[in-house]
Amino acid sequence: MINLLVHFVLMLAMPPLLLGVINKTKALFAGRKGLPLLQNYYDLIKLARKDVVISQTTTWIFVAAPVISLTGIVMAGLLVPLGPFQSPISFTGDLILFAYLLAVGRFFTTAAALDTGSPFEGMGAAREVTFACLSEPVLFFALLVLAKMSGTLILGDLLHAPLTVGIQGAAASLVLVAIGMFIVLLAENSRIPVDDPNTHLELTMIHEAMVLDHSGPLLGLILYGASVKLFVLSAVLLHILFPFQSGYALLDWSLFMVEMLGVAVAIGVVESIMARLQMRHVPYLLIAAILFCAFGFVLLVR
Amino acid sequence: MQYEIHNGLVLIFAATIIMIASGLPACFFDRRFVWTQRLTTALMLIGSVLGWWGLVVASFGTPASSIVWDWHLPAGHFSIGLDALGAVFLIPVFTIPVLGSFYGLSYWRQSEHPENGRGLGLFYGLLAGGMALVVLSRDSVLFLIAWELMAMAAFFLAGAEDEKAEVRRAGWTYLVATHAGTICLLALFALLRQVSGGFALSTVVDGSLTTGIAATLFVLTIIGFGFKAGLMPLHVWLPGAHANAPSHVSAVMSGVMLKMGIYGILRVLTLLPVTELWNGEVVLGLGAITGILGIVFAIAQNDIKRLMAYSSIENIGIITMGIGLALIGRALHRADFVLLGLGGALLHVWNHSLFKSLIFLNSGAIMHAVHTRDMNRMGGLAKSMPVTAGLFLFGAVAICGLPPLNGFASEWLIYLGLFHSVGAGSSTVWPVGVAAVALAVIGALALACFVKIYCVVFLGTPRHPVHGQPHDPSRLMRYPMMLLAGGCVVLGILPQLGFPLLQNAVEQWMDPVAPAIPQLASAAPFQWISSMAMVFIVLVVGGFVLLRRKIVRQAPALVGTWGCGYGLATPRIQYTATSFGEMLVSLFRWVLFPRFRRPAISSVFPAKSEFSTEVPDPVLERVILPAFRQAGRNMMKLRLLQQGRIQIYLLYVLAVLVFLLGWGKLGF
Repeated sequence: MINLLVHFVLMLAMPPLLLGVINKTKALFAGRKGLPLLQNYYDLIKLARKDVVISQTTTWIFVAAPVISLTGIVMAGLLVPLGPFQSPISFTGDLILFAYLLAVGRFFTTAAALDTGSPFEGMGAAREVTFACLSEPVLFFALLVLAKMSGTLILGDLLHAPLTVGIQGAAASLVLVAIGMFIVLLAENSRIPVDDPNTHLELTMIHEAMVLDHSGPLLGLILYGASVKLFVLSAVLLHILFPFQSGYALLDWSLFMVEMLGVAVAIGVVESIMARLQMRHVPYLLIAAILFCAFGFVLLVR
Repeated sequence: MQYEIHNGLVLIFAATIIMIASGLPACFFDRRFVWTQRLTTALMLIGSVLGWWGLVVASFGTPASSIVWDWHLPAGHFSIGLDALGAVFLIPVFTIPVLGSFYGLSYWRQSEHPENGRGLGLFYGLLAGGMALVVLSRDSVLFLIAWELMAMAAFFLAGAEDEKAEVRRAGWTYLVATHAGTICLLALFALLRQVSGGFALSTVVDGSLTTGIAATLFVLTIIGFGFKAGLMPLHVWLPGAHANAPSHVSAVMSGVMLKMGIYGILRVLTLLPVTELWNGEVVLGLGAITGILGIVFAIAQNDIKRLMAYSSIENIGIITMGIGLALIGRALHRADFVLLGLGGALLHVWNHSLFKSLIFLNSGAIMHAVHTRDMNRMGGLAKSMPVTAGLFLFGAVAICGLPPLNGFASEWLIYLGLFHSVGAGSSTVWPVGVAAVALAVIGALALACFVKIYCVVFLGTPRHPVHGQPHDPSRLMRYPMMLLAGGCVVLGILPQLGFPLLQNAVEQWMDPVAPAIPQLASAAPFQWISSMAMVFIVLVVGGFVLLRRKIVRQAPALVGTWGCGYGLATPRIQYTATSFGEMLVSLFRWVLFPRFRRPAISSVFPAKSEFSTEVPDPVLERVILPAFRQAGRNMMKLRLLQQGRIQIYLLYVLAVLVFLLGWGKLGF
């Protein structure tokens, strides 16, 4: 019961901190002082209290999309176990629901972007749905590998497979899957080398270009939703990277939080040392990710 | 003579007759008499109510029932029957056409179309009744008669506006394709007659077939019915016929008629002995290819109805993947594969008939408003047609397979089945798991496709001036769409409602010697999906209402869209249907072969020029048409036979008959 509560609290409260850690890491690399660690919380509070500016072109979709997207992400987060603990909700086949809850968010975020009639947002939306077509197979190959290892279709048990079944005989597959999933983590959360979260007004952006017209609480919901998505996908990745368990709840929770921050640092490092890819090269990166995971699957079942 | 009356079957048979004849009385009245169309619709309604009544009665009676009469044809009997598999397919037949018929009262008014209104009603009834008869037939001769009734009625419906050259061309393509399919079916049933000794569609062929004959039967089944279902690459007739038919006809053709191909495959497979593994693998692969290519072609379209037609091909692909999984399960004696694969496929048959009919009816409302099918000339319709836009959103979300609507339920079942195969342990099965990835790709592409269609048509600002003010259609057109959208919600949250019938159908389809089949409800814990869906809806609606209230209280400043500092934004700078799909089209250009007409810039001050792009069907344009042209050139000499006199053709028939009789006498 306590673990359940911790799951909720961590999933809802921790995500903006991850963004703070990423920013701090990038600042360190650049030799800057950087934003305060908690800046994203301040931003969210500020946005929640602001008024909204709404384009006359838009319909109710524009207002509903952030709500739908956030709901989808949070409900998907309830299916993912954090660290060695059980997920709040689990049933046979919830792994598909996980992927499709994220997709519902994508449908409405891109619809809201096109709702404004702005060419920038249309551009962002077109890229978002295109790249999603390439990151979806990565996720499903990864799920197939884990399903094969664990012999179950419950997302919680499946993600715990490296922990419970052990990585003997599957280590190579897991390494490949981890690489693929890390690329998807970067792509789905609009990080360098796929997208740059720091610039808005360029023709080269994906996610940031889609939310140009959102303001106030609407923008807050979108930014918060994006951070929760980063948290959830990182939690998925951690099951493959660090399948460890001490057996003591307190220790495990702290370990999990440290691991999460570690992922954030890793993302920050990647963002610091890499340049953003040309937009026409992004598909190659994602196809490479598909191939990594496909190899992982073939290695396991051969 | 067997004569066994079963109430449910008799009711359904009566319903079929009424539907077939529904357009007939109208033909005796004057073409300007508006009540004729209402009479036709009333008869369709009576037929559908009787049919549903029969289905309900039959579901409480014995599952298998039949009526067999002798007739005067030299072969076969008049033999009809009803079982769970048939009932699954009869439900859309008794639901969609009647809704389309009411829609047609306003969409295709007799007073506005006096030239073809009555004919449309006649063939519409023939199509609906023909489909019911296809499902009821238990004799291959009767089956073929019903099949041709359905196919020819669809030809005349698709060609309703035959004054347009494009419509005529689409109609001819359909006619050629459907008869190519029928030829395969003739061969199939002749071969079946040879090995089973009768025309009845109930004798299971025993296992003594040679592999060659079994394989031939299987291939003929897939090709013959694949033409009707629209499996790649046999889909060539589908986009043209669907795009050019009146919208309520497209809804019936796509929502119900394509499923008759699926029904045919499933029905014939019940007659064949236990299949081999490769059969299932071929079907699964065909399904995956059909699904992926179907939706990729869809993304490349700018004609709203062609896009929807290609999306039907994609959905047929998903259904076919389910059937392939079930076949693999039958070969390996894995009851769970059969249950999840076939259960998911049959559920998707229902779901697709709901959401695809919904969006086809919707496309009719859009075309009434903007008088074009070209999405690049639409935009911003949600403001002037809020009800249509809202209803379309239901269809779009459902067709992408997104929770909480019905598309998710059936795709989820198929996913579960595919994932089961990975854990199966047997080394022969694991490639099946890769099909789950194909299904995921289909899902992501479908999302791109329907974001494109919904947003380009309804959101943003109008890209092109429209004659008159677009407005929501009349109630007669709205209510059928609302019922269909309601169906999408109900089957999305409570798909369990259909489980008893699906379970019966799967059990009946499964080999009798196979291990006992588990319950669908226990194999797929839908109570969780239901509760998650309801929580999702409550949270979204609650959050939206709260946010909306805050925004209304604040009375937001209404401004234009932020143009990044550019003040002279026009509707023309918006993303269009073409530009939204451009990245995906170029990713798949190796299969789409898009055609660009680029302006050639020759002077220092280039003149006004144009750019255009189109993606015609590559199979039709690059394979079929060149082949037909070549064949036409090579067979010039045979034109000697084509004299254009009916007497000479009758002579040919007589000559062939005499030849065949002589051949038979000689005993070759």
